[in-house]
Amino acid sequence: MLQRIVKAQLWSLTGFTIGILFFIIFFISIKGLPQITLEFLTSNPVDMGRSGGIFSTIVCTLYLIFVSLMIAMPLGVGAAIYLTEYTRESRLTHIIRFGTECLAGIPSIIMGLFGFAFFVMALGLGWSILSGGMTMSIMLLPTIIRTTEESIKAVPYELREVSFSLGVTRWQTVTKVVLPSALPGIVTGIVLGIARCIEETAVIIFTVGSSLRLPESFFDSGRTMAVHFYILAREGISMPNAYGTAAILILSILFINLSAYYLARQFLKKIC
Amino acid sequence: MKEKLIEKTLMLLAFSAIGALLLMAVFIFKEGMPIIFKVGIKNFLFSTHWAPTKGHFGVSSMIVSSLFVTIGAMIIGVPLALACAITLAEFAPQRVTVILKPTIELLAGIPSVVYGFLGVVLLVPLIRDYLGGPGLSLLAASIILAIMILPTITSISIDAIKAVPYSYKEGSLALGATHWQTIRMVILKAARSGIITAIILGMARAIGETMAVIMVAGNALRLPQSPLSPVRTLTSNIALEMGYAAGDHRAALFATGIVLFVFIMVFNVSANIITKRWRRE
Repeated sequence: MLQRIVKAQLWSLTGFTIGILFFIIFFISIKGLPQITLEFLTSNPVDMGRSGGIFSTIVCTLYLIFVSLMIAMPLGVGAAIYLTEYTRESRLTHIIRFGTECLAGIPSIIMGLFGFAFFVMALGLGWSILSGGMTMSIMLLPTIIRTTEESIKAVPYELREVSFSLGVTRWQTVTKVVLPSALPGIVTGIVLGIARCIEETAVIIFTVGSSLRLPESFFDSGRTMAVHFYILAREGISMPNAYGTAAILILSILFINLSAYYLARQFLKKIC
Repeated sequence: MKEKLIEKTLMLLAFSAIGALLLMAVFIFKEGMPIIFKVGIKNFLFSTHWAPTKGHFGVSSMIVSSLFVTIGAMIIGVPLALACAITLAEFAPQRVTVILKPTIELLAGIPSVVYGFLGVVLLVPLIRDYLGGPGLSLLAASIILAIMILPTITSISIDAIKAVPYSYKEGSLALGATHWQTIRMVILKAARSGIITAIILGMARAIGETMAVIMVAGNALRLPQSPLSPVRTLTSNIALEMGYAAGDHRAALFATGIVLFVFIMVFNVSANIITKRWRRE
């Protein structure tokens, strides 16, 4: 009897949690989807975002993703290769892992402070996509290192033994044998990094700024979609445009997360 | 020769994360420490008087607010998260878990500004109309944070529960315990360290969250009197004032960052230690 009650309670709490998720998605979609037209996506914001679309913020978001990944990918994948293929578990790897875990726990506001003090001020890069991209790449490192490490570890050891026994060097084995098999797992990490770039706000306000102009180079300031949404909503500039931007944010992140999940499953199927 | 070079390069890359962490700590401490020494550590940490343009830098009301908001989020979020974790790990059929676990993890992907916005549009008016006060409040921030940390706690707890050896469960059931008794007395006990780690990581996430909290917490500069009073956390203080701060004021915001950094490191290190012990068991 007690068992039944408890079970029913636990199930209803779980249902409630999942209900919240669906409610958020539906609420934003119903309010926001009607705002989204081709014009909304392809015209620049007019009058601080009161009218017009969000084209320049989409471009800025894409630039930021590009710069962040260009820096984080080689660093993260390289680090993961070293940790899995070139060392045994030792004090050194423990320290590196611990540092990486701590980095993953650093809140975005502290990342933002650091990016502002270091890239924007000390290095004199100013509010720019480059400053923001470099700060974001630090944020993405732990995720990329972890997912790459896991996918490299999942590659069967026999593949390496065969390669070594043929007289192939370690580096060639890594690039020709291990990395191709681990690729879907690595891509999962990168896809999650893209989602992180889209949803981040605090870091970006401090490092990229909030200029509404269409960025022409990586040295320009700009405003990503999430920052645009924050400013529209917080200053009450335009609720319809805020809902429209929110809908695009949520739907793109949903799509990205689902594809990351799909990739990860495909990878597991292939390995097992 | 080439191999050696590659190995050295990769080793350097492996240090990138820890290097970034150290650089970050050095920079934030370098910018913030001077002002802490200038006003005195005691004064900085224990005074509630924050008037940076007049030279008063006391962050105690923000520390208290941050802690209360985090504790509130835990009180609301942990039971929900554990309920989800137990259901999905123990009661739900494998097929259902495979779908529902990533669904809950999707909650983590929703941008924090969207949570903050929904808080303002939906939750704040509810609190104002039914409970009184300005609506923008400690309670509103706690509820929003509770939803935001649910996925973290749920997903790590599920892994911890699933890691409990099946023989424990079999042993308990064989002794005539019911499924619920087994969960409560055997499985949750065995998964304890993993669950505690999950909760600590959730706390770290809650105390560090900024954008959602700024939007719903009200940002008033005083010690919270009740769950319905508006509060300003450490994170919101930094984000709200960074735009126009200069000189000592900016330094004081970095000093606020130092306090936050110390909290986060304490959470992370204790989570790490507990996880290690859990792995050894």
